[in-house]
Amino acid sequence: MHTLTAFAAALHTVPAAAIGPAGDTDLSGAGVYALAPALIVVPLLSAAVLLLLGRRTDRWGHWLGVLASGASFVAAAAVFLAMLGRPSDQRVIDVNLGDWINAGAFDLHAGIRVDPLSMTFVLLVTFVGTLIHVYSVAYMEHDTDRRRFFAYLNLFVAAMLTLVLANSYLLLFFGWEGVGLASYLLIGFWNHNTPYAVAAKKAFVANRVGDVGLVIALGLMFSHFGSVSFATVLNAHPSEGVATAIGLMLLLAACGKSAQFPLQSWLGDAMAGPTPVSALIHAATMVTAGVYLIVRSAPIFNAAPDAQLVVVVVGAITLLFGAIVGCAKDDIKKALAASTMSQIGYMILAAGLGPIGYVFAIFHLVTHGFFKAGMFLGAGSVMHGMDDQVDMRNFGGLGRYMKITYFTFMAGWLAILGIPPFSGYFSKDKIIEAAFVPQNGEDWRAWVFGGVALIGAGITAFYMSRLFFMTFEGQKRWSKKRDGGDQHPHEAPRLMTWPMIVLAFGSVFAGMILASGSRFVDWLEPVTGHTEGDPVLPTWVLIALTLAAVVVGLVLAWRRYAISTVPVVPPVGTLLTRAARVDLYQDSVNNGLLVEPGKHLTRSLVYADRAGVDGTVVGISRLPVGIGEVTRKIQTGFVRSYAASMLVGLVVLVVVVLAVQS
Amino acid sequence: MSALAAGPVLATLHAGQASTGEAILFWVLAPIMVLAALGLLLARKAVHAALAVILVMICLAFMYVAQDAVFLGVVQVVVYTGAIMMLFLFVLMLVGVDQSDSLVETIRGQRWIGLLAGIGLAVVLAGVVGRATFPPATGLDSANDPSNPEGLARLVFGSYVFAFEAVGALLVTAALGALVLTHRRRLTPRVGQRELADARVKAGAVLTPLPAPGVYARHNAMDVPALGPDGRPLEHSVPRVLRVRGQQADEREYAARIERVLAGEWAGGEGSTALATTTEAVETPGSDENPPPHARPDVGAPVPGAATDKPAQEEQG
Amino acid sequence: MSLVNYLVLSAILFSLGATTVLLRRNAIIVFMGVELMLNASNLALVTFSRMHGNLTGQVLAFFVMVVAAAEVVVGLAVIIAIFRTRKSASVDDVNLLKS
Repeated sequence: MHTLTAFAAALHTVPAAAIGPAGDTDLSGAGVYALAPALIVVPLLSAAVLLLLGRRTDRWGHWLGVLASGASFVAAAAVFLAMLGRPSDQRVIDVNLGDWINAGAFDLHAGIRVDPLSMTFVLLVTFVGTLIHVYSVAYMEHDTDRRRFFAYLNLFVAAMLTLVLANSYLLLFFGWEGVGLASYLLIGFWNHNTPYAVAAKKAFVANRVGDVGLVIALGLMFSHFGSVSFATVLNAHPSEGVATAIGLMLLLAACGKSAQFPLQSWLGDAMAGPTPVSALIHAATMVTAGVYLIVRSAPIFNAAPDAQLVVVVVGAITLLFGAIVGCAKDDIKKALAASTMSQIGYMILAAGLGPIGYVFAIFHLVTHGFFKAGMFLGAGSVMHGMDDQVDMRNFGGLGRYMKITYFTFMAGWLAILGIPPFSGYFSKDKIIEAAFVPQNGEDWRAWVFGGVALIGAGITAFYMSRLFFMTFEGQKRWSKKRDGGDQHPHEAPRLMTWPMIVLAFGSVFAGMILASGSRFVDWLEPVTGHTEGDPVLPTWVLIALTLAAVVVGLVLAWRRYAISTVPVVPPVGTLLTRAARVDLYQDSVNNGLLVEPGKHLTRSLVYADRAGVDGTVVGISRLPVGIGEVTRKIQTGFVRSYAASMLVGLVVLVVVVLAVQS
Repeated sequence: MSALAAGPVLATLHAGQASTGEAILFWVLAPIMVLAALGLLLARKAVHAALAVILVMICLAFMYVAQDAVFLGVVQVVVYTGAIMMLFLFVLMLVGVDQSDSLVETIRGQRWIGLLAGIGLAVVLAGVVGRATFPPATGLDSANDPSNPEGLARLVFGSYVFAFEAVGALLVTAALGALVLTHRRRLTPRVGQRELADARVKAGAVLTPLPAPGVYARHNAMDVPALGPDGRPLEHSVPRVLRVRGQQADEREYAARIERVLAGEWAGGEGSTALATTTEAVETPGSDENPPPHARPDVGAPVPGAATDKPAQEEQG
Repeated sequence: MSLVNYLVLSAILFSLGATTVLLRRNAIIVFMGVELMLNASNLALVTFSRMHGNLTGQVLAFFVMVVAAAEVVVGLAVIIAIFRTRKSASVDDVNLLKS
């Protein structure tokens, strides 16, 4: 609430002085930059309206959501254009929103940092977000809670924009938790279905583990730098030890949010949410927040080579992990989720490479946002046409029945494969090249990480082609509808196809446009910095090798899933396949390593509480009870017993008196 | 009485020392008293226990007299033996005998505790008495100067007059308390003779004396039923005990003869009709079911009315 | 013969009375045990009176008798009242003290 009022106050005053381009007196674009807080406030207000007014907004609520998201996009575009009009070294603008927390030595201003990095994210989030809002209007048409869905989507957009626009780690954390909340609400949107509610809880808990890392990082920053604002922290030049500690904690946070090893287990289950959610949150935007965090903290990571190495290792492991899991999944959404995990692994790997990779990590993030969101929307369209089926073994030959979905999905597929000139080629190929550049003069790293990235590209080609062929090519393997009728696959309504078409254009051309003339590198370089390095192999060899790996994967998939019969009942498969089907035992490992010991710890704590704390209290209370139990037996209620005790007492008294006197 | 007479003589010599006669008296009475007290403890029946206590108390009266407490000895007999113990016996008769007279112990350990406490008390008290050193006995000769009751009266109506008054008040209070305690409030209306009689009439009992059995000249016996005014045998004239035992005479045997008599063999037709009219006039229980005797067709045949009678059936059965 | 013998007899009778109170269940016999104890004490009082040549002991014994008479009247009335309601003269049946 505090934040909200601060935003509102800033909106009212729009003080020109509060908008201070770092070290610049030219305020020509000030009016446009004042729109920056509105980016967050408009979707937030819309969410508040939709949630507070409730069912009264059922009829027009979804359009309000679309409008809010669209308004955000328009404002973002205006700010973007204003930023383009500035010289490239004056594009970092901090918009102060006033005092937020002022306690002793801790003085924090809530503020917005508008720079090329955050603008990239803002444009991606608002653009893809708006498209998905539009898509959802049709996709969720028959859901009685569509209004609530749009409220959550708007809440997500507001939180995500807070995350990327924050000018301090604390405000970033605020948005970070906001997107976590929105993600939780949206995964569990159909929470009357118990497995979905459980999936939402799993995502929430796994994210909390990462959040602990972010909180610790915040604490470290405050204790070492005395502030958590970007301005202080990123210009602090910390010692290597401090930087490593902070970096590892930030990596933990990134792992939780971006589903990286070892906190990857929640993403597959998060597919329980409605498909637009999977497209927006669990493919295009929220899961990439980890990449943003690492790239944003570039100065810290640059000062901590060990942390960078860990980042690269995590990225490489997740890249292969996701790719292997993706090969075995028959659920179209879960295969896409595995692919997302793997692609974010690429981004993390690139971000771990340092200045040589930052730009390409973000570049891949953007292109991935387009083609993966497009493919998720395509998957939603397929589900829409196939009675909410998700098992690809019951698809096949759908390309003839849903042409638009087929071609838009194909654009995304070719993009993720990295076939030139589709957008994935420009981004992923650059990451592979960067991975092949020796770090710190150590060649082994180049070979290992470059090799992993290369192999990953091949596997990616295989499983994405498998997904594509199983769904759109080959024979029909359709099962009956849930109501027993025959399947009649059909194209989705226009409200759904248009966003897919737009994203398909992005998948096809975004890479080309942004890469030409190193436009994107120049755009981001002022924020992240950029260096070039020489790979261990010539560039053309790397490109050829990558394409060769991709073609091999594609052909293998073609032979197995397009021209030969795909069994409807999944074959037993090899040991690796079976392991991959259960996500390489991630849940079992988590259960065995964390859940079960945690349960035992809880039980022993409960036992200690009962036996120790309660035991002492109860024991003390039992002492008088026990004494009473014993003495109670004397009180028989028989007069003769009392008389006997009196007489015995008399005898004893007399004896005592005699003994004392004599 | 001999002790009483000998007391003052010896007392002059020994000033309170017991004489030989007194010693003999003591050693005769003491075992009797202890045995009687044991009888109180062990007697199964409460009356026996009461008698044992009376014995103890009479012996005590003797001892009081022997100890120059003549007044107390008399009072002991009159008050204790004569009043209190009689009261006990009355209450015993009122309450009767129940299982509480049994000597079986029900409270666990009570018997051993009681015995040990009793023996311990005896030992301790005897020990106290034995260890105590008494001054040489003074005797009561001077105190009992004119006589023992007079000396007591001086004390009771002198120094202890207030205590005496208080005790009197206590006695009155106790008597009132006993009245209150035993008083019962009447919760139901009083049932007197008149109410009992009314209730009996209401219940339909026979009010007149029952007819005597055995009115026949030949069978003037207790087991032969009397005849009613209509000439039929009256069942309830036979004593109930005989009926219950089944020792009743077979009335059918007599009924046949009666039929004959009624049929006119004994008297004329007039008598018969006169009898019949009386029969109709007099209402006896069961007369509705039975046709008038003279209307019965066969003489000597079993009478249906008699056969239906309950005792006859019982005999047949 | 020493007068102490009377006192010992008194002690024995008192103990027997006390034992009766402890061991018998019939309320009337218990009561008689109490009477026996009172009588035993009376004997001791009379003996002490003789020892000291003072009639006060006899006066006290006299009062004891009167009080005992009062006590018996009330006590027996209580027994009757209890017997009426409980149809029992056992002291063990009157155990309301035990909750």
